[in-house]
Amino acid sequence: MTRHRGRGMASINYPIGMNLGGDPSQALVHSNPSGKFTVALSSIDLGQGMKSVTRQICAETLGVPVEDVYVDTADSDTGPHCMGSFASRGTHRVGNAVMAAAREARGVMMEAAAEELEVNAADLETDGRGNIHVKGAPHRSISTKDVAIAAQFKQGKTISGRGIFLVPLSNVDPETGEMSPATCYAHACLVAEVEVDDETGDVAMVRMDSAYELGRALNPRLVEQQLVGGAWMGVSHALYETPEPYYPDPVHGPRDFVEYLMPGPGDICPHDIAVLERPAPDGPFGAKGPGEMCANPVLPAVANAIFNAVGVRIDDLPITPEKVLRAIKAQGGARPQARR
Amino acid sequence: MLELRKDIFADERDDNLKEIGKGTQRQDMLGHVTGTSNYFNDHKLQGMLHLKVVRSTQAHARIRRIDTTEAERSAGVRRIIRGTDVPVNLNTLLSLINFGKDDEPSLAVDKVRYKGEPILAIVADSEREAFEAIAKVKVDYEPLPAVFDVEDALKPGAPVVNETYPKNAFIYHDVYDHQRLRFGDADAALASADHVLEQRYQMSPIEHAPTETNGAIAAPDTNGRYVVYTSTQALFFSVDTCAKILDVPSNTFHFIGGTVGGGFGGKVDTLTEPLAILGAMLTGRPVRYVFGREEEMQYGPPRGAERIYIKDGVMRDGRIVARKIRAYFDSGAYTRLSSYAAVKCAAHLPGPYTIPNVYGDVYCVFTNRTPATAMRGFGVTAMDFAIECQMDKLANLVGMDPMEFRILNAYRDGDMKAHRREAKNTALIECVQVAAEKAKWPIRDEFRRASSRKDGGGSRAAIPPTPTESRARPAAPAQQRTSYDRAPVTATREPPREPPPPPTTPPPPPPRPSAPSHGATRFSSVFGTRRR
Repeated sequence: MTRHRGRGMASINYPIGMNLGGDPSQALVHSNPSGKFTVALSSIDLGQGMKSVTRQICAETLGVPVEDVYVDTADSDTGPHCMGSFASRGTHRVGNAVMAAAREARGVMMEAAAEELEVNAADLETDGRGNIHVKGAPHRSISTKDVAIAAQFKQGKTISGRGIFLVPLSNVDPETGEMSPATCYAHACLVAEVEVDDETGDVAMVRMDSAYELGRALNPRLVEQQLVGGAWMGVSHALYETPEPYYPDPVHGPRDFVEYLMPGPGDICPHDIAVLERPAPDGPFGAKGPGEMCANPVLPAVANAIFNAVGVRIDDLPITPEKVLRAIKAQGGARPQARR
Repeated sequence: MLELRKDIFADERDDNLKEIGKGTQRQDMLGHVTGTSNYFNDHKLQGMLHLKVVRSTQAHARIRRIDTTEAERSAGVRRIIRGTDVPVNLNTLLSLINFGKDDEPSLAVDKVRYKGEPILAIVADSEREAFEAIAKVKVDYEPLPAVFDVEDALKPGAPVVNETYPKNAFIYHDVYDHQRLRFGDADAALASADHVLEQRYQMSPIEHAPTETNGAIAAPDTNGRYVVYTSTQALFFSVDTCAKILDVPSNTFHFIGGTVGGGFGGKVDTLTEPLAILGAMLTGRPVRYVFGREEEMQYGPPRGAERIYIKDGVMRDGRIVARKIRAYFDSGAYTRLSSYAAVKCAAHLPGPYTIPNVYGDVYCVFTNRTPATAMRGFGVTAMDFAIECQMDKLANLVGMDPMEFRILNAYRDGDMKAHRREAKNTALIECVQVAAEKAKWPIRDEFRRASSRKDGGGSRAAIPPTPTESRARPAAPAQQRTSYDRAPVTATREPPREPPPPPTTPPPPPPRPSAPSHGATRFSSVFGTRRR
């Protein structure tokens, strides 16, 4: 028995959203009389961090601290329309809608502040800590709370904003497939190192190194959770999972997590990630979206690493020990390729 | 470990921001880690009933008769819901964006098309009593031949899975049984390539495996409205789908969701909301319908399998000159969203590379299995697996390092993509360079110096002459047609039998790879041949 190490890589891109039927999302932003803002959405937080990333976008655009913004989602009576949380569209589409709504609200807030400070709104700036002051004269300042009170009770202004972001419908040419499916693309390259046991066909992950280009990492911690978790979903797709183990014969389908194989804590390996940021011209602060693409390069990188380790190509997923072992036997033993 | 490479593309960014770019703790973190976040299933309402469905035991069968006599008398049963109780018992999800035809009932009426298809819903005082009543329902099936393989399903004479699409393929643009992509002359380029490599790839179905299974709780609200707590990934998608199926204005519903225990695409299909609301409408009580784990794994929609054939032409210097792809999406018995994924897949071809000649045919095929749906990377994950395994083989074939091979063929700013839009804001080359650096994978200087912002456009921006093909006419259905269509019929009625119509001309077979030209190296996993 020998364990063979091998490395494989893959590089990919991924479309952000998909505008087959037009792809809109809306947002509403409003302030209460203490200068605390609520973002009303109907978008869904699946754990990916929709509430948090839109909160940061709103705070940055308004020029207030993130603590002064709360995101409320999803309620069909209060939240305006959103297509949904899929197709890696949340950060880009909803983020842009929130930005537009926050910009409108900021406009009213600055007008209200200008009236209180008796200056031109164009001469004001926010400090991001809850104050608005005259550019170059920080002592001529008013808190967003005092602005909100004045707007509500004195000036009769509503510090609120509406936002929509729509990527219009793209027609698809039946003959050539000409279309505008997406407005921007994220990118990735991943290297997987594996160890293949030529007696059992078992594949163990040794390490992963990757680079993901995401436009802008709005919250690097949320990006990290997506990329780490997504890569493990990729490993799981490559080596473990399927509800139809004998596809296309639909027999012996698993019914629970005892029968449905996924990697456990003992199967994980180190994963070093680099994040690159090439801002998308139409992204909120340039952001694209890491949601879906993070799993994609892992599947082929693992398959290519197995070839590098023992010289067999498994083109049917998942790459089970049985398939690896049969392929090794068919070629008369492991044939390690040049070490990379 | 995550490292931000701020040095790359720094000239395109303003990094002088206050909240953006910070690793601020999630707004909902405290609720999640203390177990106080509210999910749909945390709403235990007074007088709440429980709904469970009778699922087909057959992959493909006529329903002769459904006997509920004993089930009706079973303890705790409040209501048995049949297909005929559903106001609009035929829908397709993307009808909301006017894409595709209604093809799926909420409850099967006279035919089942996959094992596990819902036939009846039983509303009872408890889940246990609902299950006990389900065990007492007798369904008399007349089994029909079933088809499980995507390519078998497209053969003439294959059993018709879904009568809305009698050729077992989604119809694109009212003309074709596939989505086309045509860019340049792939056949001519393959004929003059130094090497041609043709391979077959198979992606398996995948379960989304969310911690929280699909579910909804619907309750009568004041003023004739219904409140619905839901796990949906797309709130208004679900609102509008329910309004259509239940034939009421959408503002009848107050949907509340937004905190979901994992989705990954498996909670877009609005599977539980319509029946939960209908149960509430028919009983006047709150009704909870939640998938069990086995239902989620076997009858909740998976990521569909895909079969992909790739034929590439590559020159000795490593340039790919042609890529021809035929892909089959296994949609299962109904369309759901696979039709859309096939278009997204066509747009994705040929991957992030500039290849002057690209040809793609992507099929959305119906088989007698659980309908597939969206999953993370929908339309792209399997294609990336196929393309990137193929890229590794091509690099091996021409004796190039796989990293350098990617950089050589990578798309760059200003290049024309195969779906006829200019590539902008690209960054594949930089990702390859950084990954190589991190993994200490040596690449040569000229590849380390390459840039997405250099050497693109120019002749690479051109749309190459593309041969026109004769436009196919919408062909008459060539397979046996059955009478199970949209007209609502009662479940117990004997279905009408029609003699099969005489066979007409079979449809043209899917395009076959053209015969290899002489002089080139040919490998083929498609036909198992290897010749020179």
